[in-house]
Amino acid sequence: MKKKYGVGDIAFEVFLVVFLVVFVVVTLYPVINTLAISFNDGFDTITHRIHFIPHMWTLDNYKAVFAKEGYRQAAIVTVARTVLGTLLSLVVNAILAYVISRKKFLFKKSFSLFWVITMYVNGGLIPTYIVFQKLHLTNSFWVYVIPGAVSAFNMLVIRNFMNGIPDSLEESAQIDGAGYFKIFTSIISPLCKPVYATITLFVAVYHWNAWFDAMIYNKMHDELTVLQYELMKQLQTAMKSAGSVEGLKNSGTTITPTSIRAAATIVTMVPILFVYPFLQRYFVTGLTIGGVKE
Amino acid sequence: MARNTINSLSSADLGVKKTNKWAEAKRQPFLLISSALLLIYGIIFYYVPVLGWITAFQDYKPAKGFLKSQWVGFAKFQKLFENKTFYLAFRNTLAMGVINLVFHFVTAIAFALILNEVRVMFAKKFVQTISYMPHFLSWIIVTAIVRDILASDGIVNEFLMNVCGNKMPIDFFAVKGYFWWIVAFANVWKETGWNAIIYLAAITAIDPSLYEAADMDGASRFQKVWYITLPSLRPTIMILLLINIGNVLNAGFELQYILGNDVISDVSKILDVFILDWGISQFDFSLGTAAGIFKSVIALILVCLGNWTAKRTGDERLF
Repeated sequence: MKKKYGVGDIAFEVFLVVFLVVFVVVTLYPVINTLAISFNDGFDTITHRIHFIPHMWTLDNYKAVFAKEGYRQAAIVTVARTVLGTLLSLVVNAILAYVISRKKFLFKKSFSLFWVITMYVNGGLIPTYIVFQKLHLTNSFWVYVIPGAVSAFNMLVIRNFMNGIPDSLEESAQIDGAGYFKIFTSIISPLCKPVYATITLFVAVYHWNAWFDAMIYNKMHDELTVLQYELMKQLQTAMKSAGSVEGLKNSGTTITPTSIRAAATIVTMVPILFVYPFLQRYFVTGLTIGGVKE
Repeated sequence: MARNTINSLSSADLGVKKTNKWAEAKRQPFLLISSALLLIYGIIFYYVPVLGWITAFQDYKPAKGFLKSQWVGFAKFQKLFENKTFYLAFRNTLAMGVINLVFHFVTAIAFALILNEVRVMFAKKFVQTISYMPHFLSWIIVTAIVRDILASDGIVNEFLMNVCGNKMPIDFFAVKGYFWWIVAFANVWKETGWNAIIYLAAITAIDPSLYEAADMDGASRFQKVWYITLPSLRPTIMILLLINIGNVLNAGFELQYILGNDVISDVSKILDVFILDWGISQFDFSLGTAAGIFKSVIALILVCLGNWTAKRTGDERLF
């Protein structure tokens, strides 16, 4: 059923194209601009406006980032917390979701409620701080990994997926003599790969981007700093001392705070930007699982 | 998501006959042991901190602990409500939260509707992939971006001076009137594509025969969007609104914490920063906790109010 195109339709098409182009430019500009500044000579950036393409190419900014002790240590800690935190989180949330989604589990109702409550009521910053202090979690690496491991929201995403798996699979395995652990590892989990991928992405991004816990719990420990916290400190310095260019000019280096910040930003962005497009179909289904799409 | 969640808690519990309970328990050692461990974990990390709310009714001294600190009743709350900064922080949090909520919905729905009209699959896929990207960047990076594009030598001022003829660059972080809108724009930039995912999925679930019938009747593209797509999204919109209304007081943190300065602190300070200032920096743990409780209680009231309204209008509800 082909319709004739009127003036309105053509205007609409033009609007669509303009909108999409503007949208893409506005979304990408800040990132491409940061990328260009990170590859541009620090002094040149001050005198020469950089938009999309570097004016004086250099790798010095990146060399400076990787040479900085603070950043190297922060990178190690960030990678460690991301890997350990994501693994732990995935395992415990999957087990919790599995337990709660078993129809015959004796405490199904009360145990579900126990976790749903945690989504709406929490102690808040200060009581949580005091509790962590008492548990000797402050001033330690484990404060990054252990407290956030179970999250009711992530658990519910997995549980909603598990609820969609037919009960007959579990029942036939039970007839064959499989226990609940065996059913979890060899029947349910292999079917849950898409939702596990979603949760892995969510949690890994959370860990990669986290900084507040580093500031609150491990402020005095430079060896426990994370990348985003280092970026944040640089940003705070930049907010305070905008315009101390003269001092830099005499220092003999061509690396400015702006240029090193740009390079550090790119370094922290790159891993995520390379991973997320490939996981797209997982997180799209992960997000829409459950009630909304039915 | 949450609808399913919460409704199924009450409906899906099948219950086991008492005589079978022991036999059933013997069959599920894995479930019982892992749930016991997770219960201990949950109590320690989620429930014990809530017990920490008692610090708000004490003059809590870290050296004395929960048990030996002096009880002061509601004195800390009184001190809180007499604090002028607290009112400003509450107003700012609420204002930014509401502005963000409105922009969140309007931009996500509009973006989903517009993207849905793109018939070239390659372009649609490409734009959508780009649109998710900012969601994965940290708030620190987004704050840095906001600071850079709005700086006196940033692209916005460059545009205003070269194209709009401004003589002087605007110092965006020194004018009180701009701050809330800067926060709103940053949120729109970061989350619009991500928030649209659910709407785009809901649109694909709309019965195509509705559009075919509209074609027969000679409906225009805009009419189809307005009379079919948008009303079909109503349940999705309502449930997401309910989920998000409890989050209104979580108006973000990094933008306000890093970009806020003395000149604009009247409009930039939010409750979370207030709590951080008093609790961690000035060591008045009790006052910080009291402010935290206030925030939780308001959030809970908002969720219940939203749920009650949804019940009245016959829409989806959370519980």
